[in-house]
Amino acid sequence: MYNKGLSQSNFDALGDYIASLPEKKGALMPVLHKAQNLFGYLPKEVQLFICERLDVPTSKIYGVISFYSFFTMKQRGQYVINICMGTACFVRKADDVVKEFEKKLGIKVGETSKNMMYSLEALRCVGACGLAPVVMVNDKIYGHVEKKDVKKILAEQSN
Amino acid sequence: MPNYRMHLLVCGGTGCHATKSNVLINELKRVLSEKGLEDEIQVVETGCFGFCEKGPIVKVYPDNVFYIEVQPDDSLEIIEEHIIKGRKLERLLFVEPSLNQKLEEQLDMPFYKKQLRVALKNCGFIDPEDIDEYISTEGYHALGKVLTSMTPDAVIEEIKISGLRGRGGGGFPTGLKWEFTKKSSADQKYIVCNADEGDPGAFMDRSILEGDPHIVLEAMAIAGFAVGASKGYIYIRAEYPLAIQRLSIAIEQARNYGLLGNDIMGTGFDFDVEVDLGAGAFVCGEETALIKSIEGNRGEPLTKPPFPAQSGVWGKPTCVNNVETFANIPAIINKGGHWFKKIGTEKSPGTKVFALAGKINNVGLVEVPMGTTMRDIVFDIGGGIRHGKQFKAVQTGGPSGGCIPYSQIDIPVDYDSLVSIGSMMGSGGLIVLDEDDCMVNIAKFYMEFIIDESCGKCTPCRVGTKRLHEILTKITEGKATEECINHLVELSDTIKDTSLCGLGQTAPNPVLSTISYFLDEYKAHVIDKHCPAGVCEALLSYTVVSENCIGCTACLRACPVNCIKGAPKEIHKIVQSDCIKCGACYDICRFEAIMKK
Repeated sequence: MYNKGLSQSNFDALGDYIASLPEKKGALMPVLHKAQNLFGYLPKEVQLFICERLDVPTSKIYGVISFYSFFTMKQRGQYVINICMGTACFVRKADDVVKEFEKKLGIKVGETSKNMMYSLEALRCVGACGLAPVVMVNDKIYGHVEKKDVKKILAEQSN
Repeated sequence: MPNYRMHLLVCGGTGCHATKSNVLINELKRVLSEKGLEDEIQVVETGCFGFCEKGPIVKVYPDNVFYIEVQPDDSLEIIEEHIIKGRKLERLLFVEPSLNQKLEEQLDMPFYKKQLRVALKNCGFIDPEDIDEYISTEGYHALGKVLTSMTPDAVIEEIKISGLRGRGGGGFPTGLKWEFTKKSSADQKYIVCNADEGDPGAFMDRSILEGDPHIVLEAMAIAGFAVGASKGYIYIRAEYPLAIQRLSIAIEQARNYGLLGNDIMGTGFDFDVEVDLGAGAFVCGEETALIKSIEGNRGEPLTKPPFPAQSGVWGKPTCVNNVETFANIPAIINKGGHWFKKIGTEKSPGTKVFALAGKINNVGLVEVPMGTTMRDIVFDIGGGIRHGKQFKAVQTGGPSGGCIPYSQIDIPVDYDSLVSIGSMMGSGGLIVLDEDDCMVNIAKFYMEFIIDESCGKCTPCRVGTKRLHEILTKITEGKATEECINHLVELSDTIKDTSLCGLGQTAPNPVLSTISYFLDEYKAHVIDKHCPAGVCEALLSYTVVSENCIGCTACLRACPVNCIKGAPKEIHKIVQSDCIKCGACYDICRFEAIMKK
């Protein structure tokens, strides 16, 4: 669900969504959420499109996108692996899990593998601290993850 | 509607969803209909029971029998044994480690015994996606009472009598906040529910919104009536998809019932609610930053005054309260401010919900009267430290808070006591640390968090926390001198004094409190170049424990720099001068023959 490309149909869908808004004042955040949902990321083309339709300067749009960690301007892999680095996961050795993913995938946190299969990211607390350390692959949550589980989690995705 | 004789309450919170409680629910329903029991036994997907470590949880009501770690495959057995034959299923009962005894009923469990549930009263009891279940537990009764028999001033007076203080961390009296907003005159005012629970390790607000969304809607409408606002915003983290979904369902249902929208209950009062998503910025938990974010801007805090009560969303008077604060309101209206005031301590009345996490046996959500001691929370309710390790500290208040060492564990937990020992209540995350946690490393962890989350507006916070992090890194790498500890304290004080918002002013707290209670550990790092907890890799050395080594050569083959010498069936040796401290030998050894110290 993360990469749907910059197709015309996505631009049409975003345009329709913006047109359907009862009020454009304060609508930037919901529009960015919608756009990231559609395109998977928020590149310059999408920012310019929003600028025109919402009548908000691109400088402001760029400022907002770069401020919030949930928004991304880079295209991500088919599987986005998010490792929770909240305190509860941290004290239960989530950094070992991060290192193992980095080793197995050959990429660092914040990077995407060359074949666009995997992106590795760290997030701050999904609130499932009872399952610490937690790893999310797209929308699926894995709990009590140890170093040795990393291989299995990756194998599950490629099947 | 069938008259059910028994209900199977299954936890449908984020934690239990992750352990497949939704599959379990479908399986229970399937088996029930196979046995022809679907009109006798109801399966209810509830909110969080709080006992997250042992999920998925199934509670049989009215028997109050509590099953833990239930798998979809257990459905048939639960139904055949418990429902049909009336025998409890021993193997799924909770075993209390301290008593080594299987406990059948929920209230026998020490985890629940000392709890008092006000804000969480419906979590784990009702179906959050069914407004009728909420109404059947006195839901929307308080709103009706307020609209038909009270004046706005009387409502505010009741909240003031209760002594309720903001549960988001600051502890500001809620009644006063409402009064200030009411006194500001404007054509439009707003109520904002702050559900931007960014403190890592805190999940109280998420659980309330997932388990009982209507309680928040009802309280927001009451607040709207009291201050004269007709519109509410719920600002919620985008990382909480399930809570967002349940809220949206609840809002829709409340509108259909005429409990939100125009002319509520035919009284002429209008109030509606909109959900706004955050986008991963911790600073947006600060009320002025949150308001900027609702308006579609970068979430940078503003100077106060003017306070939101005078000028908030779109420059209009705005009352911002946290989720848990709202969750207390209906009970205060129904039972009276005096009832609430009797719970807890004099200056911090009521209860507080805590998210217990870290190195503790019973990770989960607990609600206790204010003034309960930390010892009760950690050892009685939390079941003590995992794997029989030694308690080291509890971290409260997240990145803005501090550590409570064992010497302070008998402190009653309320707003003022925690501040007096250099920590703070915060939103209610309690992270328990044990002997294996290095306090310098913990302080460094929080500084990393702050560096990421500082909005960058003020120099002390933006640059100062970076410098703190650099000094802490030097300490963990054994490159620091004693002078560095003084630098940490001096810089921390400057950051506290000169930052604009709460984030910056409290950012150095984790550093200051670890220094004040664990100075020995800092000194061990800088003077002896030793990490007592065995965490800081640069200060560790790996050695072979001769008694345990069987000479299997596993470590020798795993070592990437060939610094382990030995032959099959011979005791191995690590050449310290060549060791890069990667830990590969430690990980691969199955005989505990590699020691890390």
